[in-house]
Amino acid sequence: MAEFLTRRRFLSTTAGMAGAAALGGLAMPARASGSLTVGFIYVGPRDDYGYNQAHAEAAAVVKAMEGVTVIEEENVAETQDVQQTMESMINFDGATLLFPTSFGYFDPHILKVAPANPDVRFEHCGGLWSEGMPTNTGSYFGYIGMGQYLNGIAAGHATKTKKIGFVAAKPIPQVLLNINSFLLGARSVDPTITCQVIFTGEWSMAVKEAEATNALADAGADVITCHVDGPKVVMETAASRDCFICGYHANQSELAPEKYLTGAEWNWATVYTDMVKKTMAGEPIDNFVRGGLAEGFIKMSPLGPAVSDAARKQFEDTNAKIMAGGYAVISGPMKDNAGNVIAKEGEAFEETDVALESMNYLVEGVIGSTS
Amino acid sequence: MAIGADITGPGRPARAWLLPLAGRVEGFVLPVAALLTGFLAFAVFLLFLGKSPVDFYALVYKAGFGTAFSWTNTLSRAAPLLFAALCVAIPARLGLVVIGGEGAIVLGGVMTGGLAAALAGWPALIAMPLLAIMAAVVGGLWIGAVGALRQWRGVNETIASLLMAYIAIALMNHLVEGPLRDPASLNKPSTAPLAETLKVGDLPGWNVHWGLVLGILGCIFAWVLIERTTLGFSARIAGGNVRAAQVQGLPVGKLVIGFTALGGAFAGLAGYFEVSAVHGSANASLASGYGYTGILVAFLARHNPLAIIPVALLLAGFEASSGLVQRRMDLPDATMLVLQGFVFVAILASETFTGRIDLVGWLSKGGRA
Amino acid sequence: MSGEIGLWAVPIAMLGGAIRVSTPFLFVSLGEVITERSGRINLGLEGTLVFGAMAGYALAFMTGSAWIGVLAAAVAGSVFGLVHGLLCSLPKVNDIAIGIALMLLGTGLAFFFGKPFIQPVAPDLPSINLGWWSDLPQVQAALRVNVLFLIGAALALALAWMLRRTRVGLTLRVVGDSSDAARALGIRPARVRILATAFGGALAGIGGAYLSLFYPGSWNEGISSGQGLIAVALVIFARWSPVNCFFAALLFGAAGALGPALQSVGVTSGYYLFYAAPFVLTLVVLIASSSKSGALTGAPRELSITK
Repeated sequence: MAEFLTRRRFLSTTAGMAGAAALGGLAMPARASGSLTVGFIYVGPRDDYGYNQAHAEAAAVVKAMEGVTVIEEENVAETQDVQQTMESMINFDGATLLFPTSFGYFDPHILKVAPANPDVRFEHCGGLWSEGMPTNTGSYFGYIGMGQYLNGIAAGHATKTKKIGFVAAKPIPQVLLNINSFLLGARSVDPTITCQVIFTGEWSMAVKEAEATNALADAGADVITCHVDGPKVVMETAASRDCFICGYHANQSELAPEKYLTGAEWNWATVYTDMVKKTMAGEPIDNFVRGGLAEGFIKMSPLGPAVSDAARKQFEDTNAKIMAGGYAVISGPMKDNAGNVIAKEGEAFEETDVALESMNYLVEGVIGSTS
Repeated sequence: MAIGADITGPGRPARAWLLPLAGRVEGFVLPVAALLTGFLAFAVFLLFLGKSPVDFYALVYKAGFGTAFSWTNTLSRAAPLLFAALCVAIPARLGLVVIGGEGAIVLGGVMTGGLAAALAGWPALIAMPLLAIMAAVVGGLWIGAVGALRQWRGVNETIASLLMAYIAIALMNHLVEGPLRDPASLNKPSTAPLAETLKVGDLPGWNVHWGLVLGILGCIFAWVLIERTTLGFSARIAGGNVRAAQVQGLPVGKLVIGFTALGGAFAGLAGYFEVSAVHGSANASLASGYGYTGILVAFLARHNPLAIIPVALLLAGFEASSGLVQRRMDLPDATMLVLQGFVFVAILASETFTGRIDLVGWLSKGGRA
Repeated sequence: MSGEIGLWAVPIAMLGGAIRVSTPFLFVSLGEVITERSGRINLGLEGTLVFGAMAGYALAFMTGSAWIGVLAAAVAGSVFGLVHGLLCSLPKVNDIAIGIALMLLGTGLAFFFGKPFIQPVAPDLPSINLGWWSDLPQVQAALRVNVLFLIGAALALALAWMLRRTRVGLTLRVVGDSSDAARALGIRPARVRILATAFGGALAGIGGAYLSLFYPGSWNEGISSGQGLIAVALVIFARWSPVNCFFAALLFGAAGALGPALQSVGVTSGYYLFYAAPFVLTLVVLIASSSKSGALTGAPRELSITK
C-alpha cells in the first residue's frame, strides 16, 4: 500500500480532524511544536511485579518529562496484533518514538512495520540489531546476568543445603545466562554449590510457577530466584516454603521482606529518558545500545536483613569490580554440565561480549538441560 | 442438540412459498437485533462505570472502520478469524460443537514451518501449495479425530476438542523448542525461517495478506457445500435428527468425520497463513487465541458460512479498536472481551425467539393487502 | 546432606501436588455434578472460576479477610450460575453454547475489574499442618493442607449422601432423568435446574478463590490454566458421583505435579509433554469411559452431551 503510506500523514491528520469534530474531547491530544509522542507496548499487564512493570515504571518517568506525551498499551500479542498496534499509535496518536518492549515483537513485526514508517524510531528491548536491518530500528538491553551473579553471591552465603534453585520460563540465551550467572555467583562463595533449574515452558503461568517452586524446595533448594515475566508467585511460594529469595526484573522485597536477599532489577528509566532527550534534541541514537550496572541500565535491590556481613562485603567488593568494567563471569577453564569445554584456560567472556547473547549451555553444577 | 437445525419455525397456515423467505428474513433480523441488544447492554455497563458509550462506539467506529488505515487493521485481523470460524460452523451443521480449532491452527502452523525447511530449494509453484495442503491435512486429521471419537466412541466432541487443543499447543511447544528448533532462533525458539520464495505476500496495493481472499473463498465454498449440495442437505438432516437420517440411509458416520475434518482443514490453513504470511516461521506465538475468537464469529454468524464474512470483519474491527480504546478512554484491554461476551450472550439468548415471531403470517397479510 | 531424598521426591511431590492443585478441580467438579444431575451442562464454569478468583482476591484485599473473599467468590459464582440457568430455561437456548459465551464473559469481566488487583497482596487462606509426625520437610510441606481442601472432601461425602438419601437429591435425580416424570410429580424442572446451576456456579467461584487466595495465591490473568474446563470433563470421568470426583481431582492434581517433579530429579527433556499429562490423561479416560452407543452409565438422561 505504497501510495497510502506516503499519504499516511495526510490521512492521519484528516482522520484526526474528522475525529475531533465527531468525538469532541476524545480527539488527538493537542501537541505543541517540538513535543514528542512516545508509545510503549507491553506483552502482559503493566503491574506484574516483573518484566512489564519494570518497563512501565520507566515509562512513568518519561511521562513526567517536559513536552512528552506517553501512550501505552498492554497485553499486546506477538502477532499481527503488535504490527497493528504500532501502526495505530503512529496513525492515530502521531507517535514518532516507539518502545515495543517484548522480545518477540522484533522479528518479523518491527522489521516489517519500520521500513514503511521511515519517520518513526523503533527501539526494541533485547533484540540483536545488526547491520542491514532498517536504520530507524534499534535494540537495547542490559547485562542483567551480572545482577544474577550478585544474586548468586548473596545466595551462596545464605544457602545451608548448598543447593539453590531457579524457576525458568524457557531455555533461551537470556535465561541461560541468568541461570549460569546465578550459580557462578554462588560458586564464587562455595564451589560445591549446585543449582537446580526447572523450566515452566511459559512466560506467565501461575500454577506451574508455584509447582516448580515447590518442586525445587522439595529437592532441597533453599534459595530460589527465577526468570519468568511475573516473579510474584515464585517469590511468595518460595518464601512460604521457608526459602530465601532473590528478586528479578523489579523489586519484590515487599512480598517477603525477611526472606528477600537482594534482586536484579531493570532500570530502564536511564535508557528511556536518554533516548527521549536525544530524539527531542534531534540527535541520533545508536542502533545497538547495551549497558550494565555501571551505565545504570540495571540495579540491585537493597540488601535484605538476612544478608550476613560476610555476604555484604563480598557483594559490595564484586559490585565495585563489575562497575570498574571488564569483569567476566564466564572465564576459563570452564565446562558445561554435559562436559563440553565452553571456555579454555585463559579465555574469558566479558559482560559486553556479544557471544554471550547466543548462549546455549548450562555450566557445570547446574542440574537441568537446555532441551 | 440441533444447533444447526433448520431455522424456519413451526408452520402456521400460510403460503408455502413464504416459509423459506420468512426464514431468511428472520435469520437476518434476529441476529442483528440481538447484536444491537448486546451493544446496548454494554453501553449500560459503560454508563455504570462512568464512561461515555457514545465516545466508546465512536472510537470503535473510527479505529475499526473510520479511515483507510482502520480498514487495513481490521482486514488483516479478519483473515485468521474466517478460517477459525469455519472450523466451528461446518461441524455445527451436524449439531456438533467443536471448540478446539486452536489446536488445528497451531499444528497447521508447525507443519508449515517444519516442512518448509525440508522443501528449501523446491520451486515455489510446487512447494507453496504443498505446504498449504499439508497444513490443511494435519488440521483435518486433528479435528477429524474429534469427529471419529464422537462417532465411534461417543466421546463428547466439545470437551475432546478442547483437551486436544491443549495437547496440540504442548506438542507445538515441544517441537519448536526441540526437534524443529532453528539453533539461530535465539531468544524466541522457532523453526527455521521460510525461504523468501515460500512466503505469502500482501494483496497488491494493500497491507493485507492473501489469506483474507482465501478465507473468503473458503467461506463461499463452505456455503455452496452446505446449502447447494446433497451432501450439505444430508448433513442438515443428520444435524436435526440423527435417527431420521439413519433411517433414510444417510452415511451419518462419514458425514461426522468428513465435516469435522473439513473444518479442521480450514483451521490448519489459518496456521499456514500465520506462518507463511505473518511470522515467517513457526513459534509459540501461533497460539494466540484466534481459534477461540472463531467460536464467537461462528455463533454470531449462526453457522452460516457467508455470514461469517461480515461477522469476522465486525469482530476484527472491535479488536482493531481495542488499542485506541485503551489509550483514549483509559479502559483496560479486556474491554473488548467484555463487549464480545455481552454480544455472545445476547445472540444465543435470541435463539429463543426463533420461529416465534409470526413473520409468515405478517408477510402473508402484507402480501394480500 | 539433610533433605536429600532422591527419587522419593517424585511421589512426595505428586502427593503434595495432588493436595495443593486438586482443590479447584474438586470444587468445580462437585458443583458441576449437581448441575449435570439436574440435566444441564455448564461449560462456563471456567469463566466463573476466573471471576471467582478475581472477586475473592479483590474482596480479601479490601476487607483484609480471606474468608470474606471466599464468600464473595461464592456469591459471584452463583450469580453467573443463575444467569446460565435462567437463559437456558428459555426454549431453544442451548446450554453448551451459553456456557461458552459465559466463559468468555466471566473471563472478560474478571480481567476488566481485576486490573487494579494484580499487584496488591491479599491475605491467604489458613492451612493445617497434617505432616507434623514427619521429620522430612518435604512431607511436612506436602501435607500442609488447606482448610478448603478438607471442606471439599467433606462436601463430596455430604453431596453423595444428599443425592442418595434426601428429598432434595431425589428431586434432582428425577428432574435430571426425565422432565416429564418430574412434572407428573408436581416438580418444576426449570426451577430445580436454575437452582442447581446457581449452586454449581457458587462452588466454581470458591474453586477460583482457592487459586487466588491460597495456591498459587495471587491474582493474575494467567491464574487459570483450564482448571474449570478440565473439571467439567472430570465429571463425566467420575460418572456423576461426588465421591469419585474427589478421587478424580486428586489424580489430576498429581498428574499436574508430575512435570516439575520429574525435572527436579533430572528428567529434563520433553517437559512440555509431561506438562500436558493432565490433558492427555483426561482425554484417555474420557475415551475409555465413553461407549459407542453414547449412553453412559450413571448419566442423567436429560443431559444434552449424552443424548
